[in-house]
Amino acid sequence: MSVSGQAGDFQVELKQHPRYVDMEKCIACGLCMEKCPKKVDDDFNMAISKRKAIYIKYGQTVPLKYAIDGQNCIYVTKGKCRACEKYCPTGAINFADSEKIRKIQVGAMILTPGFKFFDPGANDFYGYGKMPDLVTSLEYERLLSAGGPNMGHLIRPSDGREPKKIAWIQCVGSRNTHRYDHGFCSSVCCMYAIKQAMVTAEHSPGENLDQRIFYINVRCHGKEFERYYESAKEKGIRFIKARPKVTPSKNNIGVTLTYFSDDGRRMIEDFDMAVLSIGLEAPKDGPNLAARLGFELNHYKFAKTGSFAPVTSTKNGIYIAGAFHSPKDIPQSVTEASCAADEAAKILAAAKGSLTKVKTYPPEKDIAAEEPKIGVFICSCGINIAGVINVKELTEFAQSLPQVALVENNLFTCSTDTQNIIAQKIREHQLNRIVIAACTPRTHESMFQDTLREAELNPYLMEMANIRNQNAWVHQNDPVRATSKAKDQIRMAVAKVALNRPLTRLEVPVFQKALVIGGGIAGMTAALDFAERGFETVLVEAKDQLGGNALSLDQTWQNEPIQPMIAGLVEKIETHPRIRVFKNARVKSCSGSVGNFVSEVETSGSVEKISYGAVVVATGAKEFQPDEYLFGEDPRVMTQLQFDKTVREDESVAQWAKNVVFIQCVGSREPERPYCSRVCCTHSVKAAIALKERKPAMNVFILNRDIRTYGQWEDLYRKAREMGIIFVRYTRERKPRVVKEGDNLFVEVHDAVLRHIFKLPADLLVLATAIVPNDNQTLVELFKCGINADGFINEAHPKLRPVDMTVDGLFVAGLCHYPKSIDEAIVQAKAAVSRASVVLFKETMLLDAVKSHVTEKCDGCALCLDVCPYKALTLETVSWNGRSAKRMKVDAALCKGCGLCQATCPKEGVLIHGFTLAQLKAQSDAFLQAALG
Amino acid sequence: MQANFEPVIIGYLCNWCAYAGGDLAGVSRLQYPPAMRAIRVMCTGMVPPELIVDAFRKGADGLIVMG
Repeated sequence: MSVSGQAGDFQVELKQHPRYVDMEKCIACGLCMEKCPKKVDDDFNMAISKRKAIYIKYGQTVPLKYAIDGQNCIYVTKGKCRACEKYCPTGAINFADSEKIRKIQVGAMILTPGFKFFDPGANDFYGYGKMPDLVTSLEYERLLSAGGPNMGHLIRPSDGREPKKIAWIQCVGSRNTHRYDHGFCSSVCCMYAIKQAMVTAEHSPGENLDQRIFYINVRCHGKEFERYYESAKEKGIRFIKARPKVTPSKNNIGVTLTYFSDDGRRMIEDFDMAVLSIGLEAPKDGPNLAARLGFELNHYKFAKTGSFAPVTSTKNGIYIAGAFHSPKDIPQSVTEASCAADEAAKILAAAKGSLTKVKTYPPEKDIAAEEPKIGVFICSCGINIAGVINVKELTEFAQSLPQVALVENNLFTCSTDTQNIIAQKIREHQLNRIVIAACTPRTHESMFQDTLREAELNPYLMEMANIRNQNAWVHQNDPVRATSKAKDQIRMAVAKVALNRPLTRLEVPVFQKALVIGGGIAGMTAALDFAERGFETVLVEAKDQLGGNALSLDQTWQNEPIQPMIAGLVEKIETHPRIRVFKNARVKSCSGSVGNFVSEVETSGSVEKISYGAVVVATGAKEFQPDEYLFGEDPRVMTQLQFDKTVREDESVAQWAKNVVFIQCVGSREPERPYCSRVCCTHSVKAAIALKERKPAMNVFILNRDIRTYGQWEDLYRKAREMGIIFVRYTRERKPRVVKEGDNLFVEVHDAVLRHIFKLPADLLVLATAIVPNDNQTLVELFKCGINADGFINEAHPKLRPVDMTVDGLFVAGLCHYPKSIDEAIVQAKAAVSRASVVLFKETMLLDAVKSHVTEKCDGCALCLDVCPYKALTLETVSWNGRSAKRMKVDAALCKGCGLCQATCPKEGVLIHGFTLAQLKAQSDAFLQAALG
Repeated sequence: MQANFEPVIIGYLCNWCAYAGGDLAGVSRLQYPPAMRAIRVMCTGMVPPELIVDAFRKGADGLIVMG
């Protein structure tokens, strides 16, 4: 609504729309939805299907609670109905709910309003809305989705038949300056179109699908994207560089595409379906938000940010993450979110932890000497469980199970009242093992563990039998067999819980210091942020100077000068009291694990031991030195960085050079390096514009395979074409040839569009060579981390954990992860600091209790050593009865409890707490014995 | 095979994917036959082959390791 104040002290007024459902009471049973008489278009499924006026947006909604759509609810709009209120078993419906104005006080704001999809209906160019089988990519996504209107069964809208011949039309609403369209590249559509084609092929295996993607340039500039593109081609998905016209087919079933083929023929072809790959645009409410909060937008109505402070808006204390300041994919958005959190945390540093409350529990009872005395609590979940499963029969059955001392049936086991009752029963009946037969442990385990803890029991003395999500809800029409399955589920849980032992979560101290490896722009940014957040930091640089690749760069794409920024950063780093810089240095050893690392750092002969809790790896990358196109043989042939230096140092270049040729993808997108180096297209386009600006008469050619000026960099590509820079497209099969005639250099290139060989004079030939990682093998050996086939450092999860490495406590930033621009490297560095701070923030760290442990049966055969993916096991020599013996040792901080060791060990020498062989077998046996006798 | 054949099937379900998928099937009310009994594991990698052989030896008709 409104904002006043400044960074560190904003007063924000928020408007909260009424939900009409009490979140505390709703148990997401879905009865309200079933009874609601009002059907409306389901926005989430792009209005392909219907939902009710009381609804959850989609199955994975967090928190899983219903809401009433006030604009469609019959009672809210017309004053009659209240069916949901009548049927809700927990009284969660609250029609008295009203719009609320909330006033909050915050120190910083992070804006993530996202983007809006381009609406092709606003512009009748493609005939969208007139042909049922012409759909947008988002509609197609829902048609393909298992959670979509057809449960993943792909059928076309017109006649419900499975489409076999499908076309995707790229750049709808993007890379275009027509009315309604946008000049920028939406960055993600090439990849999502390829993904949709691949998923479609998975849906119809073995069938003769004809899938074609009509494109301008295929832009696969992300990590592992180029490989995906190549595998799509191998799977028979065809890529055609054309922009088709779409017209209705006969009876308006299917569509007809008219386009020009690669060899210049006019094609008119029928397709079963066509998909418009619609682009992203700035959110509709962006300008309003900007006006109210007082920050600026750019010419595309995206939030304005700079390259050196990539998530900082023009107003101090307001940060932007995600597609609100340029179209981007999930990894980049998630990284930016962490980066924005880092920036906000710096402002909030003084208030850090001031609102933290610590919960206290009574001391735990020692049950070691007691026989299992099991309590079983069976939930009816209103009628969610009881409506299908016979809970009375189930309760009687549970009483017959061995070691069961008490069985109770509750209407809602998760309600606060029932939890108090459970705690009371535990004390009253001296129960020491609990089974909760209710919903899923994935959402409710921690809640019931807390109840046990309140009742002086160790939280791990509890098991859940999932009789709702994985029984009553999925066997609604088979109550007899569902009841019999529920009996088995309880039988198995009882068998397991009898073997549960109290577990403790290990608490380890944390060295609240950081190590940063690599002193380039990413490493320096990370080191400075650590220091500014109060952590002692050691920065290790291999060379004798900080700065890395950035020392060779002049300007960002937004014309911000890079050298003054680097100089400022270096000065801050070298004078900061909390940063120690080791130059000409390397990390020689590493021991320990997250929170507790110790390394030796070697600097010109001397070795120093340092301890730290987390690491940011920013070892950078370098420009590939090619062995083609006469590189190294003729001084006029140079790489991009060599060319930049030449132009910078020799003012006369613009005078004598009449013809300059750039060749893209030198060493990239080749079989030996099957990745796109991401930034070279923009680099060449920018360099070409600079040449043309200095001397408009110069002939500048950029020979390329696809120009990948993604996002707002597309503006540069358009400007270059408007200035008369000539772009010639070649293919990898017919690469350009460099020939020397007398003293003159020429480039012969086969233009793939005009199908003609051109011979271009080249006074200078610039090779846009690949970005190759520095040797990360030492790091792999030191930290046991992972690298991909190209030598770039692996992240823990490409989308969800894009800056965490595969080993806990290690974070990655900059070029060593994948080629990227300066702003992207800075974002990643700050994100890495944000993630690492989660470890460094606390003096001690609680580890998960589900870990492997070595038993007395271990004889040190070490079979488990090699299978452990986290290198958590080591072989040690112990003294036993006066003799020395070999035994395995677990580093609990490294162990993730996956249990590969347990499955490998032939003698139960290593087991997983809470999932021991005996516990798994008890469940299996309990069921088999009952079923088979 | 008898018409009323009721197969005895054990499923080892990884907590992070297959078990979560089982829960989602519930939220989405996808209906399927109630023949499998799930055992939740933190990773299907922790299921030793002996347990699988043991279940078959004791008469299980099928075993699904989903992860």
